Amino acid sequence: MLATREIDPMVPQVARVVASRRELGDVWTLDIDAGPRGFTFQPGQFNMLYAFGVGEAAISISGDPGKTERLVHTIRSVGKVSDALARLNVGDTIGVRGPFGGGWPVAGVEGSDVVVVAGGLGLAPLRPTLYHLLANRDRYGRIVLLCGARSPNDILYRHELEAWRERLDIDIDVSVDHADPAWHGNVGVVTTLVPRAAFDPARTTAMICGPEIMMRFAAIALEERGVAPERIYVSMERNMKCAIARCGHCQFSADFVCKDGPVATWAHLRRLLSLKEI
Amino acid sequence: MITGMDAIIRQHRFFAGLDEDMIALLAGCARNVVFKPGQYLFHTGEDANEFYLIREGQVALDVVAPGKGAITFQTVGYGEIVGVSWLLPPYRWMHDARAVDQVHAIGMDAACLRGKCDADHDVGYEMMRRFLPVLVSRLQATRLQLLDVYGKPAA
Repeated sequence: MLATREIDPMVPQVARVVASRRELGDVWTLDIDAGPRGFTFQPGQFNMLYAFGVGEAAISISGDPGKTERLVHTIRSVGKVSDALARLNVGDTIGVRGPFGGGWPVAGVEGSDVVVVAGGLGLAPLRPTLYHLLANRDRYGRIVLLCGARSPNDILYRHELEAWRERLDIDIDVSVDHADPAWHGNVGVVTTLVPRAAFDPARTTAMICGPEIMMRFAAIALEERGVAPERIYVSMERNMKCAIARCGHCQFSADFVCKDGPVATWAHLRRLLSLKEI
Repeated sequence: MITGMDAIIRQHRFFAGLDEDMIALLAGCARNVVFKPGQYLFHTGEDANEFYLIREGQVALDVVAPGKGAITFQTVGYGEIVGVSWLLPPYRWMHDARAVDQVHAIGMDAACLRGKCDADHDVGYEMMRRFLPVLVSRLQATRLQLLDVYGKPAA
């Protein structure tokens, strides 16, 4: 039974998986019962998910912040813990701590154009933002979603993207790194979509999530378009353990990504991300 | 209304800001071309006699990999260029270029343009100044593709 954190943040709350969907070959989405009090969070926040008997991992929340009855996480199976989490079945129990970290600045950027750049699984932490933007569509200017994936078969939430594309109030462009000739969409890295996208750089806020190298190049492309580095936000990924800035596992320069992040501005991160020592 | 080649060149993003004399010079090497969906602009190994500035539609750049068939490694659309192998010897295409949908483009006679670049180095410098950023951005994009950033992280 979940309740938004009001007890010891180090103690996982036991919850139950109510749905499991295979999104891609090694990616699953779990719906977790949030209980009668629901689970509230800000887009961009993460939870520590505990596979009992195996271990704990930081996983971004990928569901709709407006639907508090279910907690949704999209998990890529890359190791022992994430594999155990991804393979949980309906009815299985799971430990949840959270939500942790600061989210995307959705409330503070009302009135501006919003450009969302997602690479691979990076769309998962951005999906709550998109739900929020679309649910409050009249509060924002242009909304642009640029998605990158390895191949057409690796496009996350493809059906949802196709459904959003049918709306006339969001521009969605997808590019894959390589494809066979049956694919009629864009091919090339996601950063190549930035110069083609329609938005007003002077009044744009950008949010980027994906592999770190991709985020760097996407931020550079947005800067070249004229978006101020203070208005470009990226989501950092580091080895989170305690999630409350005590253990130091996620320390990144003077920051603790779990508490000071995971979302930070490009103006803050630009130099740090180019340092291989940290 | 028939639009002259110089007007079409002037409107293309790649030639933005060119002075009128140079536009007139380039127009002498240019022609309008249209490709149907699936039609090839050129094939690997052919002489790079003509390159294209896309006005409308999308072009896929393909290479054939043994056992995998054709693989598209890049698509090019409005305002962009198809073909850079015409710039340097041996002037031979290193990939296929295929129209994904109906493509309208400016076809530039490569030998004609090379000749004008050789004869007037101001023209040559202007062309290099415009082509170099295209080459650099494609090189950077290729680096990112080679890194396979979306691949499964090493355990």
